Amino acid sequence: MLGFLKKPVVVTAEINLTLVALTLLGLLSRLWGLSYPRAVVFDEVYYGQFISLYMKRIFFVDDSGPPLGHMLLALGGYLGGFDGNFLWNRIGAEYTLNVPVWALRVLPALAGALCVPLAYQILVEMHLSHCAALGAALLILLENSLITQSRFMLLESILIFFILLAVLSYLKFSNLPRSSSFSGSWWFWLLLTGAACACAVGVKYMGLFTYLLLLALAGLHFWHMIGDQSFSNVSLVCHFLARGLALLLIPLAMYLSFFYLHLALLYRSGPHDQIMSSAFQASLEGGLARITQGQPLEVAYGSQITLRNVLGKPLQCWLHSHPNTYPIRYENGRGSSHQQQVTCYPFKDVNNWWIVKDPGMQQLVVSNPPRPVRHGQVVQLVHGITTRYLNTHDVAAPLSPHSQEVSCYIDYNISMPAQNLWRVEIVNRESDSEVWKTILSQVRFVHLNTSAVLKLSGASLPEWGYRQLEVVGEKLSKGYHQSMLWNVEEHRYGKSQEQKEREVELHSPTQMDLSKNLSFMAKFTELQWKILTLKNEDTEHKYSSSALDWITMDTNIAYWLHPTSAAQIHLLGNLVTWTSANLAALLYACLSLCYLLRRRRQICDIPEDAWQLWLSAGGISLGGWAVNYLPFFLMEKTLFLYHYLPALTFQILLIPIVLQHLSDHLCRSVLLKSMFSGLTIAWFSSVYFVYCTFSPVTYGQPSLSASELRALRWKDSWNILLRKQQP
Amino acid sequence: MRRVRPGAARGGAPRMLPAGGGQAEAGQRSGQRRRREARRLPVGAVRSAAPPAAARPAALALVTLLSFVSRFYRLPEPPHVCWDETHFGKMGSYYINRTFFFDVHPPLGKMLIGLAGYLSGYDGTFPFQKPGDRYEQHNYMGMRGFCAFLGSCLVPFAYLTVLELSKSLPAALLTAFIIIFDTGCITLSQYILLDPILMFFLMGAVLSMVKCNSCADRPFSASWWFWLSLTGVNLAGAMGVKFVGLFVVLLVGLNTIYDLWDLLGNLSLSLVMLGKHLLARVLCLILLPLALYTATFAVHFTVLNKSGPGDGFFSSAFQSQLIGNNLHNVSVPEHLAYGSVVTMKNLRMAGGYLHSHWHLYPEGVGARQQQVTAYLHKDLNNLWIIKKHDSDADPSDPLSPVEFVRHGDIIRLEHKETSRNLHSHQHEAPLTRKHFQVTGYGINGSGDSNDFWRIEVVGRRTGKLIKVLRSQVRLTHVATGCILGSSGKTLPKWGWEQVEVTCTPYLKETPNSLWNFEDHINPKLPNISLDVLKPSFAEILLESHMVMIRGNSGLKPKDNEVTSKPWHWPINYQGLRFSGVNETDFRVYLLGNPVIWWLNLVTIGLYLLIALSTAVTLKRGVQLTPELKELSSIVLRGGGQITLGWLLHYLPFFMMGRVLYFHHYFPAMLFSSMLTGITWDTLLKFCAGFLLPSTTARKVYGGGFLTLILLIVYSFYLFHPLSYGMIGPMASDPSSPMAGLRWMDSWEF
Repeated sequence: MLGFLKKPVVVTAEINLTLVALTLLGLLSRLWGLSYPRAVVFDEVYYGQFISLYMKRIFFVDDSGPPLGHMLLALGGYLGGFDGNFLWNRIGAEYTLNVPVWALRVLPALAGALCVPLAYQILVEMHLSHCAALGAALLILLENSLITQSRFMLLESILIFFILLAVLSYLKFSNLPRSSSFSGSWWFWLLLTGAACACAVGVKYMGLFTYLLLLALAGLHFWHMIGDQSFSNVSLVCHFLARGLALLLIPLAMYLSFFYLHLALLYRSGPHDQIMSSAFQASLEGGLARITQGQPLEVAYGSQITLRNVLGKPLQCWLHSHPNTYPIRYENGRGSSHQQQVTCYPFKDVNNWWIVKDPGMQQLVVSNPPRPVRHGQVVQLVHGITTRYLNTHDVAAPLSPHSQEVSCYIDYNISMPAQNLWRVEIVNRESDSEVWKTILSQVRFVHLNTSAVLKLSGASLPEWGYRQLEVVGEKLSKGYHQSMLWNVEEHRYGKSQEQKEREVELHSPTQMDLSKNLSFMAKFTELQWKILTLKNEDTEHKYSSSALDWITMDTNIAYWLHPTSAAQIHLLGNLVTWTSANLAALLYACLSLCYLLRRRRQICDIPEDAWQLWLSAGGISLGGWAVNYLPFFLMEKTLFLYHYLPALTFQILLIPIVLQHLSDHLCRSVLLKSMFSGLTIAWFSSVYFVYCTFSPVTYGQPSLSASELRALRWKDSWNILLRKQQP
Repeated sequence: MRRVRPGAARGGAPRMLPAGGGQAEAGQRSGQRRRREARRLPVGAVRSAAPPAAARPAALALVTLLSFVSRFYRLPEPPHVCWDETHFGKMGSYYINRTFFFDVHPPLGKMLIGLAGYLSGYDGTFPFQKPGDRYEQHNYMGMRGFCAFLGSCLVPFAYLTVLELSKSLPAALLTAFIIIFDTGCITLSQYILLDPILMFFLMGAVLSMVKCNSCADRPFSASWWFWLSLTGVNLAGAMGVKFVGLFVVLLVGLNTIYDLWDLLGNLSLSLVMLGKHLLARVLCLILLPLALYTATFAVHFTVLNKSGPGDGFFSSAFQSQLIGNNLHNVSVPEHLAYGSVVTMKNLRMAGGYLHSHWHLYPEGVGARQQQVTAYLHKDLNNLWIIKKHDSDADPSDPLSPVEFVRHGDIIRLEHKETSRNLHSHQHEAPLTRKHFQVTGYGINGSGDSNDFWRIEVVGRRTGKLIKVLRSQVRLTHVATGCILGSSGKTLPKWGWEQVEVTCTPYLKETPNSLWNFEDHINPKLPNISLDVLKPSFAEILLESHMVMIRGNSGLKPKDNEVTSKPWHWPINYQGLRFSGVNETDFRVYLLGNPVIWWLNLVTIGLYLLIALSTAVTLKRGVQLTPELKELSSIVLRGGGQITLGWLLHYLPFFMMGRVLYFHHYFPAMLFSSMLTGITWDTLLKFCAGFLLPSTTARKVYGGGFLTLILLIVYSFYLFHPLSYGMIGPMASDPSSPMAGLRWMDSWEF
């Protein structure tokens, strides 16, 4: 009964002190003096805005990637008690006292610090020696660029952390013996792989590259399992399903949950509202929702509406008209109809109001009960203030001569009859008898006489059109394009038949009661689409670089300069590490090719297990480098040196792999081996030396003199900031 | 087994193979293989899969005939310019007239069109101004006939390729029928376009590659050499017509690597033999195509020796070679000296000359000083005088010694007409807000230190002289460190719609910030003929490629424009109007036969499923009957090659930023059609294999094929007006012959 007393109660704990020491060193190197400088450093000016917006719960769209990274940064601010009140307007601005700098910077720094032990673990899991693993961790520890990048409110260190975590957990998972299939730890590592991948993708889309690499690796491993006759068909299917669940479904679900959280957190309208559709804007608190709250849903004959173009490019705008007419002759000599201009106007205005009229009736008010307009029905659109009819005819448009001019019809008593009948086509209808709805329905207006479609051409009119946007009738409508779609934004049922009363009515704000809500999936799809397609103006940047510059580090980025002294922070790597990593990659490729060709001729230079290790370890590191680097050659956006850091991390892991291989298999004599170790140590000290040399520009202190700074300029292309000599 | 019916071999050879030494042998071999295979297949399939040997040439003749008939039927209609004929016909005329032009594609295709026109008696006088222009008395049939001829050859090529890969006549016939009766392929082959030429070379390359693979058991035989070098020739042709020919180069390259890898694993081959194999491939697949490709450019530049619309895209040095260009036979002093009067041309494509005029920048646009712009035309206001920065001595004084400008010198540029200095300062430029404004400043040549520019030649050391035309020069503003460049943006009306010139603080080396000197007047220096400065052929080749690549990447879609997306293509979402819009016009609409295209689309999915299950079955080590083994190898090897071809010709378009059109899919569509033939043959054979009485099996197999072919022919009957022309009401009108056939809203007929 008291059997347990007969044996001592023992807790055995195994602590890898190396790992602990590495973690501590990592923390020390990344966290030391974290609140310095107390000023906005480089892209903090960009991410900081989003942190503030999170704190204030204001909706924003950032086309640089999904929201997890921003949310993690904001979490730091939340924990530090940041109220979001800071104007992120320029790099170098001093932080006010309410900004918890340390708390905001600590999460990226922690992520950066944990990369050091992760690198160690990864190499151990690749079955490399403890020495090689230690080497990899130290190289990551002493890499200046990784240190700089992790010490500020930036996303790369978080991204690299999740990438390495995903690789490590997949390695742990695949190294488990077959007997432990479907055990607790098996599930744990498998699920962790999926979760880490999802987080990596959630921080930046770049994480997708590593995710795909791991998927390919999992596919390859599974392909080998298929060939293994000792697995039964049923167990293979089980394995397949488990992997599908953990590596495909769970990441997808997590990715969606990031957006769910993002949308749940940001419920107030803000500066980026205009990018989104009216329906989306109406779901945010404040902004458009305040106006549209209580509008009638169904557009009826007699409704007063404003029509917004769905595409919203180059600007969001509303269908507009004003008493001015088209000039009789344009500058290039072509003629016009001289009728009233119809444009698209990017601001709210009383001239944006139109009245939907039944062609068969005279009245401009909504009957009781209202008669809703359905898909396919024919309407006339009457401009509210001027009471002229929207019209198009076979006259070339002012700026797009292949399309028809759209005007508000003025009867000059010349043989140019009014052609003002438009068929309403609801594009996103579910049935053919659907009612035209405010905000939700996307509508095409097809001209009955010429079958032209009302379209925003995107060009802006000259002075006579007040630089407003041109609206045309597109004759050769090639399929559906968003520039031909319009949706009703503001809407009310017209009540006054008299023009004077109606003008008053048009000027008054809309009011009635009815609320609409968008489902999460609809919001997600729209936001995701906007993130992927939103194109910022391609801006030149002083420190942008091309992908080819990165590999030799021919470029740097100045992150911060002290307002008075010469203290400065640069994104600048450890040149010895970068060069050795390149050499290692080159050597790996050459050696692999050589081995491969010779093995094909049945000449095996190294034992089979060493070859397998060489292939798998090198495959992950070199593959990781390639997938994170090569795609940049196809990208057309502005690129910076920090985009290379994930690839660099993988490339650094390759150095110890190659070194160990050289010492194990190519240094055959003891003498050679010891010489090689000596060389390695010498090389390592040079890495340390370079780290120390550049640490003033990595940490931003101490301030160096001009001559010292000039001595740091190892490459002519580096841009180290020298203050002009005071006269 | 060795017994070969000689009649079959002789009967088959002449039509299947063009001239060549090893054809009789090849014919014999294929005869043997046919018999060997006949023993393995189930009895039921034998009869239908390997009919009497005479059926093959007969079938080939039949499909070739059908193909020619379908492509040449109503070829002269419509007798007006259709769609891109306006470009390629015009370019053909340029060759006949020998005037220089620029196009984003390499020259071979247009050269062949020009040649066809020349041989058929077209005199190059038709202007090809816009689609819809009537040809009247001009002879356009030669060019259309040439394209239709090449387009007709696609069918026998595809037929032979599939026959070689699947060893099955029905598969080959199905493929041939698909391509013959596809309205899209017919339409695309009937006009003066590059596509039939491109597809001809592309399919030629695939066919010769496949043929060469089947000769693998007799390396270095005459037929092997023949097919290998023919592959190379076709690759050069494909690359020479359009850059998308690169994809088929990639396909052949991958196939060759696979081939060599196979040989390397064959231990019975000595290293010397391997070396020979490698060398033969390098010779035929790399050196030969390169030589031919270069040769087409040599011909191109030799033929086009007169100045024409393409001059402005090329550098001044190149232009000096064209008869009629104002730089032709001009003699100017070779090296720049102080006091020289020069014009400076921007190196960006169609870049302008550095220009200034009396007008000032308007209020609110930077400092109110004299405008400096880039102007595309020759003008007296393009002239600038080079002066020393520190002395006002008049260098044109005949007594003072000549002093040359050297790399790294600091100079001043004085505008000749207005005597103002080229000047920059830290005001923002009118359009590119992050750049600095460039102005003309000072009176009669005296300004301030913001007028100083350092002149540097790309890739030179200090102290070197600066050559007219050849030297690429960068002007760095001394005070602010920015570089003089042209942004390419057009100024508003106040700037006379000339191009903006700025000083960019971003020190990137782009053609925007490089200039060369074109005119050069200096009475104190001896004039030399520009022939001394003429670029070498290698330089011309490089330059023309740079210009083509830049031209291609410049074809960007605009924001509010409806463009064709790659995912539209395989589902036949939307076609292209070749001719006519209204009811009374003769309308031709490029659209694939929807039945065929959707069959192809389904088959791709089906193939992936079959291939995956086959691969898994093999990997699981399931024992297969010999027939199934044969089938699985056809699926994996033959089908795999074709699928790879489809992927290579389709996926890259998803990553292209330029404007895309529906007809870009047609090369991939050919691969897809071949895959359809192979897949359905395999599938029907596999299904028929389960049916026990051999007669039933044969009926199912034959019936399946017959159904597919009838379906294709019937759908062609429905849709043939798309390619052969429609007049009358649109399809939305019930009285139109096409009524009810507009199955998708996005089709516009």
